[in-house]
Amino acid sequence: MIRILTIAVIIGIATPTLAQPTPAEAPVDAYVQSNANAGTTPLADDRVFKAFHGKAGVDRVVDELVDLSVADPRTADIFKAIDLVRLRRTLKEQICYLLAGPCDYTGRDMASAHKDLGIQRADFNALVENLQIAMDHEKVPFRAQNQLLAKLAPMQRNIVRR
Amino acid sequence: MRGWVGILALWAVVGGSTTALANELRPSGKLLLTQGVSTVEGSAGGGLASWALIAGYETRDGIGANVHATRVELPDYRFTAYGAAVGLYDRFELSYTRQAFDTQGTGAKLGLGKGFTFHQEVIGAKLRVLGDAVYDQDRWTPQVAVGAQFKKADKGAVISLLGGKHDEGVDYYVAATKIFLKQSLVLNGTLRATKANQTGLLGFGGPNSDAYHAEFEGSAALLLTRKLAVGAEYRTKPSNLGLKEDDWMDVFAVYAINKTVSVTAGYADLGEIATFKGQRGLYLSLQAGF
Repeated sequence: MIRILTIAVIIGIATPTLAQPTPAEAPVDAYVQSNANAGTTPLADDRVFKAFHGKAGVDRVVDELVDLSVADPRTADIFKAIDLVRLRRTLKEQICYLLAGPCDYTGRDMASAHKDLGIQRADFNALVENLQIAMDHEKVPFRAQNQLLAKLAPMQRNIVRR
Repeated sequence: MRGWVGILALWAVVGGSTTALANELRPSGKLLLTQGVSTVEGSAGGGLASWALIAGYETRDGIGANVHATRVELPDYRFTAYGAAVGLYDRFELSYTRQAFDTQGTGAKLGLGKGFTFHQEVIGAKLRVLGDAVYDQDRWTPQVAVGAQFKKADKGAVISLLGGKHDEGVDYYVAATKIFLKQSLVLNGTLRATKANQTGLLGFGGPNSDAYHAEFEGSAALLLTRKLAVGAEYRTKPSNLGLKEDDWMDVFAVYAINKTVSVTAGYADLGEIATFKGQRGLYLSLQAGF
């Protein structure tokens, strides 16, 4: 017991970054940042963004989507090798951008972001179902939910790789 | 009443066993309601109209299937159908349905005898040829499928007396289905080449015509929630027999309790059937599968 505590203290001292309030993202290979990477163009106006309760609502939806999908036995394995900190940030940016919110997407394009994940249609749909649950919890009206899903659905072509 | 109880019992048994099976396998991959419902002819569709969607909740990576029981209570007749459909890799659909058209007391008035019942078996095959109703939200193209329904009616002698030329026939159709997510709307249009009288229950061809006719089936549905949609359908039919035959229409609501069981309730107007006018009544269909 004392030894474990000692090790913990040593690790704590040796890696002070762990104590920081916002966890760091793992470094990624360089790529060109552009809103064109978001997979499609944003909605024409910000009505749906408002139905999501703005940036704070989008953030809550994405956080729950990630929490649900990491815990979901259908999709848990896919997320094991993923940098969840970076995923949360880029997903929040992407959805905010697609809903015509005041955001820029800084992540990679859909094809490279999902390149080696071996995602199937059923995985994609499981994620959609978790997104629907999260949007329900945020009290986003069904028709507004579908406006976002209409933007995301065609991305399946670049996300589903097998 | 006994018929309804039977349908409910079948539904409970099949629903229970497919739930157990689905729990063993990987959960169904398609999104809720995106397999449509079982039509009276067994193919996946809207109820009266066959759609381009493939039955079952499996994606291109698996095999889905379902069974259905459907009842339409009309003023002078009772229509019942039981059947099963298999969807292979969201590409190919095979279905079998047995229909019963019970003339009840009307049978005596028609000189057929009380409770005289026309039966028909329908074997359906459908191939999705292009597009995807769900994912192609950035394209105008619908999901398109071609299909054939092989139909065999059992009362050949009576069908001959009514003027029907054949007691079996094949319908061919091409269906286009599109889900407009942005509008929460589902539209379907189907062109069908058929000789069938009352979809085949009264045989095929007749004194007016024994040629294939191009008929249209149109459906529109509004998605209200993930589990609930409401819609309406219209289906044109040929009039080959000396008897008058009307187009069919319905309004319906479908509620998917989950990916295992769904219930469709509606009101169907089947017009005049064998000289009895105003055949309108409650439509109920239960479906269970994975």
